[in-house]
Amino acid sequence: MNLDLDDRARAFRDEARAWLHEHVPRTPLPNMDTAEGFEAHREWEATLAADRWSVVSWPADYLGRDASLLEWVLFEEEYYRAGAPARVAQNGISLLAPILFEYGTDEQKERYLRPMADGTEIWAQAWSEPEAGSDLAALRSTAVRDDTCGGWILNGQKTWSSRAAFAHRGFGLFRSDPSAERHRGLTYFLFPLDADGVTVRPIHKLDGHPGFAEILFEDVFVPDSDVLGAPGDGWRVAMSTAGNERGLSLRSPGRFCAAADQLLDLWRERGDGSPALGERVADAWIAAQAYRLYTFGTVTRLAEGGSVGADGSVNKIFWSELDVRLHETALDLLGPEAELRDAGAAAGGAWMDGYLFSLSGPIYAGTNEIQRNIVAERLLGLPRGNR
Amino acid sequence: MRFALSNEQRGFAQALDDLLGDAQVPAVSRSWADGDAATGLELWKRLADLGVTALCVPESHGGLAAEPADMVVAFEALGRHLAPGPYIESAVLAPALLTAAGGGPSLDEVASGSAIVTAAAPPMTPFALDADVADHVLLVDGTTLRAAQAGEPRTSVDRSRRLFEARPGEPLGSVDPVQVGRAFDAATLACSAQLLGAGEHVLATSVEYARSRWQFGRAIGEYQAVKHALADVRVALDFARPLVYGAAVALGDDGADASRDVSAAKAAASAAAYRASRTALQTHGAIGYTEEYDLGLWITKIRALTTAWGTVGFHRARVLDAVTAASA
Repeated sequence: MNLDLDDRARAFRDEARAWLHEHVPRTPLPNMDTAEGFEAHREWEATLAADRWSVVSWPADYLGRDASLLEWVLFEEEYYRAGAPARVAQNGISLLAPILFEYGTDEQKERYLRPMADGTEIWAQAWSEPEAGSDLAALRSTAVRDDTCGGWILNGQKTWSSRAAFAHRGFGLFRSDPSAERHRGLTYFLFPLDADGVTVRPIHKLDGHPGFAEILFEDVFVPDSDVLGAPGDGWRVAMSTAGNERGLSLRSPGRFCAAADQLLDLWRERGDGSPALGERVADAWIAAQAYRLYTFGTVTRLAEGGSVGADGSVNKIFWSELDVRLHETALDLLGPEAELRDAGAAAGGAWMDGYLFSLSGPIYAGTNEIQRNIVAERLLGLPRGNR
Repeated sequence: MRFALSNEQRGFAQALDDLLGDAQVPAVSRSWADGDAATGLELWKRLADLGVTALCVPESHGGLAAEPADMVVAFEALGRHLAPGPYIESAVLAPALLTAAGGGPSLDEVASGSAIVTAAAPPMTPFALDADVADHVLLVDGTTLRAAQAGEPRTSVDRSRRLFEARPGEPLGSVDPVQVGRAFDAATLACSAQLLGAGEHVLATSVEYARSRWQFGRAIGEYQAVKHALADVRVALDFARPLVYGAAVALGDDGADASRDVSAAKAAASAAAYRASRTALQTHGAIGYTEEYDLGLWITKIRALTTAWGTVGFHRARVLDAVTAASA
């Protein structure tokens, strides 16, 4: 058991650190959920991609570096420590790309991966529907076969689609077999958000920006070449572990470690020595450290052929609650100034922005209540029952 | 970087689980609490034969000089199965103190398990555990290590923890405060591992109970209120464990951050095990609140260990001091 980095990993980390030090914008970019900020963040994706830092774990053929899981974790640590911009391409890179690598045709990989990696095309996910939130399998949007045109006709409504207000393309599940129940008879589709029959209605989030949107589908034609995986196999494709390991269940510890370090800085600047707040600062730092070490354990397990499985739910509960707690502590440290979000606010209001963002963590990608059911039933072995 | 147990460590854990699983340890613990140490001493010998008492002793004294992660493996098993006796004091604290002092009871006998040592190390550990059973009692008196004798008995909430005042005797040698600190760190880490093991046991027991106890026509484990509480215990233990093993790596490297990491481990393991014990009691209901039912042995053990070797508050403060100094 050891936590030592070998020469290759250390060299990789040092190279990333040096590159980020030189290239990370000195002043923060405008919020990526504004038209101006969206473009600025796309440009940043292009800057990353130009030197092959946008998708380090992808194969070199697709603008990556073939980085190991450990190297990816190290890169992310450096990325957050450097205060680099949020990733506007994140949903495509972490949720769709792993599925494309596993189930995509050569033609799909050729067409979509490079433009995703360099920010030319930003992807939005289209999972939730008005009547299908945590109960995703209750989704009603339909796909009807059109043999004459060699494709499918999509109808229905998706909602809470992050980035969809400005994104170029979307991915999501549609019910392709109306006679099949719930998880069966679903198909995974890729579609352009400017296709005929698609209407995007931006939704403003708690922070005031249109960070997600509704997507309405009215007889939208999608060719067979934009079906991902086999028709009817969409649920299995979407839920495959590949989609999770580098995305949500293996969320980079870098983000929380960097935030914990910033919290320490805040405590040193603003802390009044209150033991109650001091304990919370310490607890946040300990939890971030726990998350980091836990991730190293996961990286070891995956490198030795293991899988994440339902442990991803343990992980998601922990980081999402840590994120909220960490930001709450910062706000309490800031006292009456905490509510300020203007340019004159401490860190330009970044703590409040981070706090508002953290509030979505226990909700998205399966609420923490759903995650607790998964932990209880699949890891602990409690009966599913009627709950 | 490889942050996982080795095959040897997994084998060691399995061997300990096998031995302890067959040893009817709750009954041993009850006898120990009643002052009948015979079966507990028998168990001590068998664990010594597996190497538990030799782990932290230098090879020059017949020890294994094992890495701290091996010690964590052992103490997690001791905590899971509730083995009574001054294992932390004899197998972890004493080897460090006696090596530093260069005198006192024979380390060879400690390693072989033929001598049992206990110690008081005020202010954090004011009483000597099981001093009536131990062959030697030590007292850490500032920078002086002294022989001591069992004084007045004190009563712990955990009846198997037989506490005694330590009456100071002859000095055995002087110890460097840094070495005392390292000894304290190692003992605290062992305690953290015990808490982790005890927490795992009460979680497993609670899951079993929730599957088999029916109310309102179904297993109580079907109710989300019960499920979610137990899931939160799983989360707390899963994120305490890497801190405990991370601290073991830091101690093994003798790194500058070792004390900080041990404190992080103890704070998290105490909080996780305590949450596990509260949830276990709530899941079991009244039966868990009885003296007769074994769950109470773990609940009182966890309560005692939560504040032994430094409270959560003490350890969080130590982490805060270390990290604010480092980032200054």
